[in-house]
Amino acid sequence: MKYLDEFSDPELAGRLVDQIKAVTTQRWAIMEVCGGQTHSIIRHGIDQLLPDEIEMIHGPGCPVCVTPLEMIDKALEIASRPDVVFCSFGDMLRVPGSAKDLFRIKSEGGDIRVVYSPLDALTIARDNPDKQVVFFGIGFETTAPANAMTVYQAKRLGIPNFSLLVSHVLVPPAIAAIMESPTCRVQAFLAAGHVCCVMGTDEYPELTEKYRIPIVVTGFEPLDILEGIRRTVIQLESGRHELENAYPRAVQASGNLPAKAMLQDVFEVTDRSWRGIGMIPQSGWRLAPAYREYDAEHRFSVTGIHTAESQICRSGEVLQGMIKPHECAAFGKECTPRNPLGATMVSSEGACAAYYLYRRLEVTHA
Amino acid sequence: MPDVSGERAAPIDVESWVCPIPLRDSPNIVMGHGGGGAMSGELIEHLFLPAFGPAADAGMGDAAVFEVNGARLAFSTDSFVVKPLVFPGGTIGDLAVNGTVNDLAMAGARPLVMSTAFILEEGTALDEIAHVAQAVGTAALAAGVKLVTGDTKVVDSGHGDGVFINTAGIGIVDERVDIRPQRAALGDVVIVSGDIGVHGVAVMSCREGLEFATTVASDTAPLHGLVAAMIDTGADVHVLRDPTRGGVAATLNEIAKTARIGVALDERAFPIPAEVRDACGLLGLDPLQVANEGKLLAFVAPEDADRVLAAMRDHPLGIRAAVIGRCVADHPGMVVARTALGGTRVVDLPIGEQLPRIC
Repeated sequence: MKYLDEFSDPELAGRLVDQIKAVTTQRWAIMEVCGGQTHSIIRHGIDQLLPDEIEMIHGPGCPVCVTPLEMIDKALEIASRPDVVFCSFGDMLRVPGSAKDLFRIKSEGGDIRVVYSPLDALTIARDNPDKQVVFFGIGFETTAPANAMTVYQAKRLGIPNFSLLVSHVLVPPAIAAIMESPTCRVQAFLAAGHVCCVMGTDEYPELTEKYRIPIVVTGFEPLDILEGIRRTVIQLESGRHELENAYPRAVQASGNLPAKAMLQDVFEVTDRSWRGIGMIPQSGWRLAPAYREYDAEHRFSVTGIHTAESQICRSGEVLQGMIKPHECAAFGKECTPRNPLGATMVSSEGACAAYYLYRRLEVTHA
Repeated sequence: MPDVSGERAAPIDVESWVCPIPLRDSPNIVMGHGGGGAMSGELIEHLFLPAFGPAADAGMGDAAVFEVNGARLAFSTDSFVVKPLVFPGGTIGDLAVNGTVNDLAMAGARPLVMSTAFILEEGTALDEIAHVAQAVGTAALAAGVKLVTGDTKVVDSGHGDGVFINTAGIGIVDERVDIRPQRAALGDVVIVSGDIGVHGVAVMSCREGLEFATTVASDTAPLHGLVAAMIDTGADVHVLRDPTRGGVAATLNEIAKTARIGVALDERAFPIPAEVRDACGLLGLDPLQVANEGKLLAFVAPEDADRVLAAMRDHPLGIRAAVIGRCVADHPGMVVARTALGGTRVVDLPIGEQLPRIC
């Protein structure tokens, strides 16, 4: 595919790795914010190619993983109602809530449908006027415009039986929360390229200045990630802390203006809880008052569901690189990929799950 | 606790990168139990085999091989529930014949006879059933297998997706061969017979709610002719499997586990058509976990690899055959791939169903 194959060329990757090695003189801890970047790093073995001095800390940017347990439980409650068609992106179906997941609700008779676009859910609503159709609107700034557009269209077209279960979260407040942690080890960030496609880069200079950290907007293909790391290391080595855009083929400083206007119209900023991290002020979106009637939490009166996250889980510290996963008392005991207590064990690319698997490998080798 | 401080050097498992791990201890059947991955295996191991008790005598192959009056026979059955019934490159009818033919062929058997059982949903158009039935006939003729018995049932509207088909087949095993997963051995060369991921992408491209434009058509085909050409080289073929549900990843993991050997793959060696790579990139799927219907994986001794590969490439269904890996002593029971960039990664079983990712 054009613009894809060119960015995974092994020879060019080797050259970038050589350049990174040439400029690295000391240890640096860099966080890639986005789960898609984590996936690409692990999938292609990029971390194994880097010099030993460069430590990649895997950030909280997997929307599936950071969606709070409480929100999953609300989704499960709504999806089990007989009058509801519950629509979701595919990978949310597997996320465990307190006792069940959406697959289980489906096996118990719930009408749960995987859609590829939230607008498909709106079509289902129009075709089934006697049903309540709910879309599970999770994700970062990347998925938010399509969800905003869907609610906007529902209102404009007068489709009253559609609603959105909103759990949107925002990247810049998460970066600030990580940096505010007193024992934070992160020295630079690879910002999530696709978030910046939507939002632009205006929010980041404030962060680079306040925390004196380089932030490099980075794409997702192997060469994109290596280029992001290369630019980050050059900044770190030269003592600079600036915003750079290493993904200019997709990201403009101003972002996607029509998408931003839509977000501005449909959503308003609110406090959000992050699974494994806790509440981060002003770190998410909810529907603005003009669209509140399309809020599934209110329509189905599930605002009263409160599920506490595990008290013993230390994934917040793991996410900030403060402890290694096996230093948590629950690791491998109460907390396993099959029964995860926190975000980093939910996702198979999360640090705890990776360590859990690694230990399993060692046992296999023994 | 083992030292885990050096995790950089170890392969980390994200092959089945679907963020959340499913709850596997569901009291009900969930769709993932039918995905051909880890959940399917657990269902067989923890439910069916204990329930069957001493009556069960099942190996890990796709077909059972047994002797009757000195002749070695292979026996296999398979059910087909594909949606939609007609997809680019084939229909559920082609799959029903070729699937069972291939299960027999993977034991080194030439298919002889087959049963077909149709479960039809009330309200399904007769035209549609005729279309599927004709495909069954055409595929059986092409494969040289006789349809010798069958059954028809009808279920209430809403209780089936138009047509479900079960086929069972009996074949006669070539007397020169002993093909089974337990025979995978250190040093064995792993060969794939052609482009992977094609069938899965073709079916997904026309699935409701996921439609996308692609030129990819299903690779459904009977493979016993290709297998015969491989055996005719005189090579000792150790293992044959067709990587259907769960794709190449699931099949290689099953073999590695059964034979207790490691499989080391070279990701660059995989024949993956650009359309398949693009569709998988778009949907967030791994081509190694996507279903095939007309491909096989062969494990052969290194000294036999060249002639087997040459014979495969001379056959119309093996033109794009390629060596993709080897059996190694490291990481027994596991499949590890060297990435194009030179890193390594574990290639794991898909857990349940393949699902498009959010991002």
